[in-house]
Amino acid sequence: MIYYIGAFGLVFIGLYIMLTKRNLIKVLIGLNILDTGVNLFLISIGYVGKGTAPIFSRGSEQVLMVDPVPQALVLTAIVIGVAVLALALSLAIMLHKHYGTLNLRKVKEQRW
Amino acid sequence: MIIVYVLVAVMLVASIAAYLFKDLVNAVIAAGLMSLMTSILFYFLQAPDVAMAEAAVGAALVPAIFIIAIKRTGRYEE
Amino acid sequence: MRRIIGIVLLAIVVLGITLSLAEIPFGTPKTHVGDYYVNEGVKETGAVNIVTSVVLNYRGFDTLGEITVLFIATIGLGALLKTHKERKKKRDVTPASLVLSTGCRFLFPLLIVFAIYIIFHGHLSPGGGFQGGAIIASAFLLTYLGCNRARANERRYKLIESSGGLVFVIVGVLGLIFGGYFLLNFLPKGTPFSLFSAGIIPIIYIAIGLKVGSELVSVIDNMVGESV
Repeated sequence: MIYYIGAFGLVFIGLYIMLTKRNLIKVLIGLNILDTGVNLFLISIGYVGKGTAPIFSRGSEQVLMVDPVPQALVLTAIVIGVAVLALALSLAIMLHKHYGTLNLRKVKEQRW
Repeated sequence: MIIVYVLVAVMLVASIAAYLFKDLVNAVIAAGLMSLMTSILFYFLQAPDVAMAEAAVGAALVPAIFIIAIKRTGRYEE
Repeated sequence: MRRIIGIVLLAIVVLGITLSLAEIPFGTPKTHVGDYYVNEGVKETGAVNIVTSVVLNYRGFDTLGEITVLFIATIGLGALLKTHKERKKKRDVTPASLVLSTGCRFLFPLLIVFAIYIIFHGHLSPGGGFQGGAIIASAFLLTYLGCNRARANERRYKLIESSGGLVFVIVGVLGLIFGGYFLLNFLPKGTPFSLFSAGIIPIIYIAIGLKVGSELVSVIDNMVGESV
């Protein structure tokens, strides 16, 4: 149960950072926190009480195992989060080269 | 069992600290600490593959590319 | 004012999500397909690590999609940052001391060997292609930080990245030729717990590990650019 509270807390803090802050790097840090919170929530859904990791070892057959499907999905989601973050940071570097600042209010005002 | 509560508390405090810091390098380090705590929580949820991936990516590579991007733009917020 | 609206909206959203998801109990088995994968996984694929067999055998097409997303992100980042000519600012850079550079150069082959071990044993123990690729990228990052003016060879990592992707697609098409469908496991399954088992899964994981590692190295190389 504490895992759900931790995951929802991370989602809440990540969304709040993305909505309120003005610096683009801070918004991307909020995106990273949001992504991590959602991954934690997905893995805590698949947990079975008194289960073990879904890897067989010699000499132990048929024990109770946790669900392997959310772990496969989260493995993909972590890599996609890194890819999106890398591309967003390159866009931030290009934005700073053109406008001289990373403040989103000033970038919006300088357009026209 | 008590260690799970301690880890979740440190994770939430680190993410709030990432909101409050004005120096961007400090905020990135707080986000890296949060990712490390999440990786240990993945281990307690019996998912060693995901814990390895999250530790290798979220605590080493993402702060590195953040700090390279901060070096090429401004260091302080505003 | 904006903060108060933000907090109120977020409180409503999070309250709604929490109340509707409070029906999900913690720690009970929820799906039936997980039981099928655990019970039949070793017989059908030969891999002892069930998460590996789900990622590469049962849902191998999603892995192809993920590799495509990472590939597109790397291409976009390279295309954006290559045209940026940074002005060479004269700044004082203290060169790395002898202890630091020797230590980094000593640690680099050990990290590469560890990454190759994790990639090869993806179907026997926790590990696999993505984790090994991230460790390869961390080894190169250590060399960028510690040694003076060390850069990865650009032509070499582009070649490794392209050949990794090509091996994945060619193995899938070979499955289409030999059997009925894309990414069919057509090599013999072998005995469990041995290194050369589980059909095409080790081959695909080696291709994925090299591809992801060289892509993350290219991301770091493009972002550092010409500056130190």
